[in-house]
Order: sequence, then structure tokens, then C-alpha cells
Amino acid sequence: MDRSEIEAKLVDLLVDELGLERDDITMEAKFEEDLDVDSLGVVELLMALEDNFDVKIPDEEAEKITTVGEAAELVSQKLNG
Amino acid sequence: MSETQERVALVTGGSRGIGRAVAELLAVRGHHVAVNYVSNQDAAEEVVAAIEGVGGIATAVQADVGDEAAVAGLVENVESTLGPVAVLINNAGITRDDLILRMKPDAWDQVIATNLRSVYLCSKAVMRGMLRARWGRIVSLSSVAGVYGNAGQANYSAAKAGIIGLTKALSKEVGSRGITVNAVAPGFIATDMTAALGEAAADAVVDKITLGRLGSPQEVAAAVGYLASDDASYITGQTIVVDGGLTL
Ligand SMILES: NC(=O)c1ccc[n+]([C@@H]2O[C@H](COP(=O)([O-])OP(=O)(O)OC[C@H]3O[C@@H](n4cnc5c(N)ncnc54)[C@H](OP(=O)(O)O)[C@@H]3O)[C@@H](O)[C@H]2O)c1
Repeated sequence: MDRSEIEAKLVDLLVDELGLERDDITMEAKFEEDLDVDSLGVVELLMALEDNFDVKIPDEEAEKITTVGEAAELVSQKLNG
Repeated sequence: MSETQERVALVTGGSRGIGRAVAELLAVRGHHVAVNYVSNQDAAEEVVAAIEGVGGIATAVQADVGDEAAVAGLVENVESTLGPVAVLINNAGITRDDLILRMKPDAWDQVIATNLRSVYLCSKAVMRGMLRARWGRIVSLSSVAGVYGNAGQANYSAAKAGIIGLTKALSKEVGSRGITVNAVAPGFIATDMTAALGEAAADAVVDKITLGRLGSPQEVAAAVGYLASDDASYITGQTIVVDGGLTL
């Protein structure tokens, strides 16, 4: 899966699972500050990433994610090494 | 509450006493019940047989709920055999009573691990499933010892008070996701735990109980079962005292 496919699927997940507005989502957007996702919402997003991309994200790595782009980058690393 | 519901319930320490009564009540409700125990396999199998005898579904699962790896294994096992846990009853508990002057660190640590650490470990282990479902019920057994303190039970009182704080904090963390977290604080209930104290101790307490008798496991289970039901959907972070008026 290339980076643009990952990003597109991630945006779909943010809309479907967290109920975000598609237009608000940029790769630079910060989950808590810009998108109003609470810390539990970030945990739920990571669970959705694990389920939908079939990857395992350890808590230590999950804690570092603050922006949409960082989430895409982490998934990309997990999928493509 | 007449409809049966095929939810998965995990009752820690479901092999005897209050846990057994809760397991049987939830099974009658149509829940598929995992009956956890630590050493008493025969008792756990007996509970499973009693539930199956009335047409319910249950399975016995061994695990020390104070142990992180054991709890992870317990929840994995239950999720793969029955499905994600929708109802968690943190009931397993022990006492190791002593005056604090004589209390060994081991008695402190064991009581905290089995009564309090277990609640943290089990709640954490089932949380992903509840978040996915956007529905969940967690009910933990505290005690009047945790509300008022009992001489000779500093370890147990600390653990049971800890459950009340944990319950309030966790209820705030997950409330927005349809998950409620509550506790029940029993007074003096007729189980193996209190039988160990002897008849003289029981008689002395009965004098102080407004209703004039010990409670039964079923009377505690009724409160636990209510908090675990759809009917209790607007109650969270609370501790319901079920003590026959002992602490009035
Ligand atoms: N009885 C009362 O008057 C009273 C009052 C206030 C609060 N409570 C609380 O209510 C709960 C139930 O009490 P009870 O009187 O029904 O107790 P009980 O009759 O002594 O039964 C204790 C249950 O906990 C299980 N257990 C103990 N240590 C465990 C561990 N490390 N891992 C997994 N399971 C473990 C036992 O399993 P095994 O059968 O394998 O040993 C048993 O099923 C406890 O949390 C207790 O503190 C009781």
C-alpha cells in the first residue's frame, strides 16, 4: 500500500470512526488541538488503525502521535518496514 | 428485564459466595458467563454445571487476577471462546487481617494485588472490547470496610477504598463511550469469607445491623445485577452500600 492510499484510508477512518469533518483533515492537523479529538479518541483511532490496516501499534509508539501525518507515517512504517 | 440478552460477562472469583450468586443471576438473564477462579476448580465447575442445568451458558476459567500475564491470558481466553466482554464483575477478593503493628508486607501486598490491582488489570484488559462496542458495564465489589474502615483490616480497607476512587476516575474516562463503572459495598454477608471469622464475631455484628441479620450473596448480587443491566444506564461512578443498615 503506498503512502497516498494509506492517507486516503486514514481520512476515511477519521470520518467514519471519529465523526470528523473531511474538510478539516490535513496531514498537519493536530488531533487534540485542531480536530478536537480527546485522548480517548486518539486511543480509539489507534485501535481502528490496528483493525483496518492489520498492524500492531505498541503503546510506547502510539503515545507519540499528535498529528494525522504522524499516524499515516507510523502505519506506513509498520506496513512497509 | 424480561428479555434475555446474549452478552458476555466475566465474573472474577465466580466460584463461590457473592461471585457465584452474580454468575448465576447473569446467566439467567441470558448472558454467557465466564466463571473465573484461582484454585478451587471443583467449585467453579459446580457453578458452571448449575448454570447449564437451568439452560444457561457458562465456562470456568482459572487465573490469578492479581497477576498481569494471567489476566491478559484470562481475557484472551474468554474473548476467543465466548466473545468480547460486555459486562465485567470485579468480585475476586481475599482478606489477610492483622493489626498494622503485626501486619507483614506480604499480607499487605497480597491483599492489594488481589483486591485492587486486579480491578485495574481486568478493567484495562476488557476496555478495548467495550470501546469497540461503545457499550460496557463494570461493577466492582468494594466493602463497607473501604467506606468506614475496619480495625484489623488496614490492607483490605485500603484496597476497598481504592476501588471506590478507581471507579470514579474510570467512569469519567469512559463515560462518553456508553460504558458505566460502579461499585457495590456489601456489609456482613454470609459467605466463606465471613464464616472464617467464627460465630461469635457474626453475633456481635448482627446486633449492629438494622435488619437484624447477615445478608445473603443473592441480596448483593441483586444490586450488582442491576448496575450491570440496561436499566442502570444513567448511573455511573457510584458505590451502592448493601449492608442491611449496618453503617447507618
Ligand atoms: N462476604 C462479605 O461479607 C463481604 C463484605 C464486603 C465485601 N465483600 C467482597 O465481595 C467479594 C466476594 O466475597 P465473598 O465473601 O463471596 O468471598 P469468598 O466466598 O471468599 O470467595 C472469594 C472468591 O474469590 C476468588 N479468588 C480469591 N483470590 C483470587 C485470585 N487471586 N484470583 C482469582 N480469584 C480469586 C475465589 O476463588 P477460589 O474459589 O478459587 O478460591 C472465590 O471465588 C470480595 O471482593 C469481598 O472482598 C464481601
